[in-house]
Amino acid sequence: MSEENSKKTVVNDIDRSMYDFRYDEKDFYRIRQGLTPEIVSKISDEKDDPPWMREFRQKSLDIYNQLKEPEWGPDITDLHMDQIATYVRPNTKMQGDWKDVPKDIKDTFEKLGIPEAERKSLAGVGAQYDSELVYHNVRDEVAKEGVVYTDFESAVKGPYADMVRKYFMKLVKPSDHKFAALHGAVWSGGSFVYVPKGVHLTFPLQSYFRLNAKGAGQFEHTLIIVDEGADLHFIEGCSAPKYNVANLHAGCVELYVAKNAHLRYSTIENWSKNMYNLNTKRARVEEGGTIEWVSGSFGSHVSYLYPESDLAGERARAEFTGITFAGSGQDLDTGAKMVHLAPHTSSVITTKSISKGGGISTYRSAIYIAKNAKGSKASVSCQSLMLDSESRSDTIPAMEILTDDADVGHEARIGRISNEAVFYLMSRGISEEEARAMIVSGFANPVSKELPLEYAVEMNNLIRLEMKGTL
Amino acid sequence: MAHSLIEVNNISVSIDSKPVLDSISLAIQKGETHVLMGPNGAGKSTLGNTLMGNPVYTMDRGSIFFDGQDISHEGTDKRARLGMFLSFQNPLEVPGITLEAFIRTALQQRTGEHIKLFQFQKELKAAMQLLNMEESYANRDLNVGFSGGERKKSEILQLLMLKPKFAILDETDSGLDVDAVRTVSKGIEEYRKQQDGALLIITHSTKILESLHVDRTHILIKGKLVKTGDGSLVKEINEHGFEQIFSEGGSV
Repeated sequence: MSEENSKKTVVNDIDRSMYDFRYDEKDFYRIRQGLTPEIVSKISDEKDDPPWMREFRQKSLDIYNQLKEPEWGPDITDLHMDQIATYVRPNTKMQGDWKDVPKDIKDTFEKLGIPEAERKSLAGVGAQYDSELVYHNVRDEVAKEGVVYTDFESAVKGPYADMVRKYFMKLVKPSDHKFAALHGAVWSGGSFVYVPKGVHLTFPLQSYFRLNAKGAGQFEHTLIIVDEGADLHFIEGCSAPKYNVANLHAGCVELYVAKNAHLRYSTIENWSKNMYNLNTKRARVEEGGTIEWVSGSFGSHVSYLYPESDLAGERARAEFTGITFAGSGQDLDTGAKMVHLAPHTSSVITTKSISKGGGISTYRSAIYIAKNAKGSKASVSCQSLMLDSESRSDTIPAMEILTDDADVGHEARIGRISNEAVFYLMSRGISEEEARAMIVSGFANPVSKELPLEYAVEMNNLIRLEMKGTL
Repeated sequence: MAHSLIEVNNISVSIDSKPVLDSISLAIQKGETHVLMGPNGAGKSTLGNTLMGNPVYTMDRGSIFFDGQDISHEGTDKRARLGMFLSFQNPLEVPGITLEAFIRTALQQRTGEHIKLFQFQKELKAAMQLLNMEESYANRDLNVGFSGGERKKSEILQLLMLKPKFAILDETDSGLDVDAVRTVSKGIEEYRKQQDGALLIITHSTKILESLHVDRTHILIKGKLVKTGDGSLVKEINEHGFEQIFSEGGSV
């Protein structure tokens, strides 16, 4: 009717400028690009791998060469391994004090708010820059309780070497898929966490992964063992500046949740839009234990990400709560996998996705309930919001239920912003862009409120930024 | 008197090129209460929505003035900020935003001023009490899972908090039980008392009008205003229905 009303709202891409700064690689060590036995062997030399790890890498490379790329998900034909440098070491050893970290790198993490977060609300922090950890610290009182939080390289060789060897890539095997094999061959950096029996951490531990190097890959390994009755909240954050060539992230996360233990694993992923994010995460939960995944996927060009929970013990529980925001040039294939292997196990998946500007957001999940997992419950709720007609949203849920004695629910909804709701809010004096922003953040709210506070605030700011200056 | 508060000049309205309203004119003065009646499908809600600038409807002809200003081409939010309000027949659910946050945001956007939280919450609590609304509703998502009655109360709560100069109440009484109608009427009375606000009440029944002085009554049939009279016309319609008037108006 009026001109103002007939104008379309054009929603901008997420303003990622806050992550988009980069520094030189002066004095960094960068391995030749590509993937050959020599290159993998050179990584072993650089890291002074023990013999078993040397062998493990070479075997993984063989498996990598035998496996095919996935044929069911987003297109990755523009990702060429012969153009990726798999190992870039910054010009510093790992430090235990921020002031000893080189200036450029320190500036990076300052801008991302990591040291401040550590002072305020964290029990320990790890910061990885390209392929290696540059900073790692854990509060004394936490260390005194026997909590181990260290970079992965130290873990492979240090006092926990046996434990690491016992668990490393046993949950996610190199043979699982091509990029798990790739990870086995060239992994570098990441964190090892052990929380002893009965220890409850009041504050979270946080690892932050920054990939600054152009045309490089990041392959950090995270192994967390939460022993019987213990409780941990672990946060991982990741970001990168944008380049005009492909970057690759193929990390691997293995989580062991012992009897009656509780682990919350929060991820905020803000990779730049030249990133292929082919990440693998899996948890094994014993009797009465709980894993809670909270996941915010905002960045990357292409993502394949489906954290898996193996509910191995009776009454084990898993929750996955995730939000995905796919803007222009993004094809994000995300979801979760729940594997019920014991009686009375339960799982809950709640996801929200937003797509705009031609972005593609695909929800993909799998629920498996084994024959003996009687009395188990699984519920899935996935909702998608498309902000314009060029964007796409798909839902691909799979279920395999091998017992009659299981309670399985599924609810999926794909929608757009209702013009009627916009009119309703505007009739109270709220501008059109504010009305749309309110509806979008209201949609995201049940998930964003689960994110660590500073990230929840950041996410709301991102949504707000999207809607600003658009009319 | 310089000008009417709201002045509708000969407007014709269509939806998807289908005419709905034909040459409607009416004027409401500050502090007046007008009633709009008519059979289902006559175009009553269309008129309410058109006054508020709902983009679904196209105004093909005529003009609307509010407080002396031509608002025919203004957006809905601008009209609201000038002091107009529409109580929806079917208030929408907006998940993820609480009733309280919604009202606060609306107030902030209307005035451009920062809202003093303490004062605001005190006022909100008082208004909710008046409407027999449980306090917990303030922290629930806007209209999500509200019963029909609670939704209408939520509309009147917004009316009391936003304090417009002119409010259109679109079948606020429909679907309510006797007690709820009484509560909602109490809220409307309070609004009249506090703001000396003008009202255009779209209704089928008289219950909601019992405690209000009606200045003018308009009868809308098949998109045309066929009759306008004083408050007694409400009673007449109630006793004889629209049939008689329709036969009179049909020949106009």
